[in-house]
Amino acid sequence: MTAFLRRAAALLLRQFYLLRGSPARIVPLFAWVAIDIVLWGFITRYLNSVSNARFNFVPAMLGAVLLWDFMSRVMQGITTAFLEDVWSRNFLNLFASPLSVSEYLGGLVLSSIATSLIGLATMVALATVVFGLSFLVYGTLLAAFLLVLFLFGISLGIFGCALVLRFGPAAEWFIWPIPAFISPLACVFYPLSVLPRWMQGLARLIPPSYVFEGMRGVLEHHAHSLASLAFGSALALLYLILMARAFTGVYRHAVRTGLIARYSAETVS
Amino acid sequence: MARVRPAIEAGRKPLAWAENLLMRPVLDSPGCHTDFWMPHDTAPTSGSILSVSQLHKLYGETLAVDGVSFSVEPHEILGLLGPNGAGKTTTINMILGVLQPTSGSIVIDGCDLALRRRQALSRTNFAAVYAPLPGNLTVAQNLRVFGMLYAVPALSRRIESVLAEFDLVRFRNTKCGVLSSGEQTRVALAKAMLNQPRLLLLDEPTASLDPAIAREIRATIREFAARTQVGVLWTSHNMIEVAEVCHRVLFLSRGRILLEGDPRALPSQLGHKTLEDLFVTVAREPLTVRHAEEDA
Repeated sequence: MTAFLRRAAALLLRQFYLLRGSPARIVPLFAWVAIDIVLWGFITRYLNSVSNARFNFVPAMLGAVLLWDFMSRVMQGITTAFLEDVWSRNFLNLFASPLSVSEYLGGLVLSSIATSLIGLATMVALATVVFGLSFLVYGTLLAAFLLVLFLFGISLGIFGCALVLRFGPAAEWFIWPIPAFISPLACVFYPLSVLPRWMQGLARLIPPSYVFEGMRGVLEHHAHSLASLAFGSALALLYLILMARAFTGVYRHAVRTGLIARYSAETVS
Repeated sequence: MARVRPAIEAGRKPLAWAENLLMRPVLDSPGCHTDFWMPHDTAPTSGSILSVSQLHKLYGETLAVDGVSFSVEPHEILGLLGPNGAGKTTTINMILGVLQPTSGSIVIDGCDLALRRRQALSRTNFAAVYAPLPGNLTVAQNLRVFGMLYAVPALSRRIESVLAEFDLVRFRNTKCGVLSSGEQTRVALAKAMLNQPRLLLLDEPTASLDPAIAREIRATIREFAARTQVGVLWTSHNMIEVAEVCHRVLFLSRGRILLEGDPRALPSQLGHKTLEDLFVTVAREPLTVRHAEEDA
């Protein structure tokens, strides 16, 4: 365990060194999420002013944006830490060391926790101070929401890393649209019931849909099925295990074929 | 005396690796120091730092490494020579655990790489011109990160030591990406020595160094090999350097070891003036060398 933590911490330290010396890496950690919160904050204010419903859009929509951005940041925390190794062509140095795949993934997760917390803190500060979003309305379920989104964000990040490792650096462009690609099924802004039946089936396979359904349930009915959220958590955990196995499989393929040793910009196809 | 390798004389034995595997009673112990017995004549001795046995690597239909067996002993600097595409880097990559052999075994300081990768690689390190350290970190940052990966004890002290040893103190806070290629090579060598490895793999370590620095580096590594129990596997296209540094050389051609011997004695034994002449002959006409050796 100590060796695992030491090696994972080495990758976290590497990420810290990179962030410390590079404004170009620090600014994106909070700039885009801040813009998102400001944009959606004003949209929800406007919706509250033009609708005479008793429904408060701030916790429903701004809260949803915040949670969705948190998940995206977790995913990007993993993938950007991984891409640092791609860009610096560091795989040979790393994987010729005693570092194992699980330690490497552990290091990426630690890096992601650190960077996504910066984004989360920025969003929470803006949403509460500027737009009056109170997290008390979600109650203790907020912790469960964050956990599910964190686990699923990690899974997506590892999936993105596996794609790039398998198909080469050019596959980086597959990574960035992943959250947008699954957002219709995650039911971030609307209830699952508005989807066509076939899409509802797919949405039930996406753990964030349980989070956003749960969030709306809490806001509208002050209640939510814990069993449903527990299922979403289990699903997120399952994805995490599957994606970690997929990455390990891709890594083994790369070691078998020599891609790890020869990994560079256009050598992988 | 130079000798033609048994792998050539006997031809390929596709299932030799499987025989070895079945006939080996004990691969290694948790401490990776148990001796083991292997049946064929190329089996390494138990005290070897590196034992490579019947290594094959097949890429599709192409046999990149074809039954390579050799060992590196403590204090020994072994030169791995051969033309481009001979299989040197493929062999090194397999020893580093970043390329899986199609068959064969690699044992580093008593640890079977296939079974105890972590233990084997924690006793190994390498420097290669094609594997510079990340250019976006400073020299000290890179050494710290890799020192943690290799679990180097008293890391801060060790970093200071290698910085001084490779004349890198003034570059401590310089990003590796802005260093000259020679300075980057010294950083890679400093990282390679960081964990005081039992096995040191150096793939053209002086390729981008000026003659004065290259001489110092050679002296440093020779001194390191003499002082510690390290075994060094060294590849280079500089035959003068090889003759100066290596205790023994292996000539690889088309994935096979053609020749083995003392780099200072081999050329005359095979009717060549210099090691470079012998290298050129091996690169161009490997069969000629083989027949000459058999006649001798």
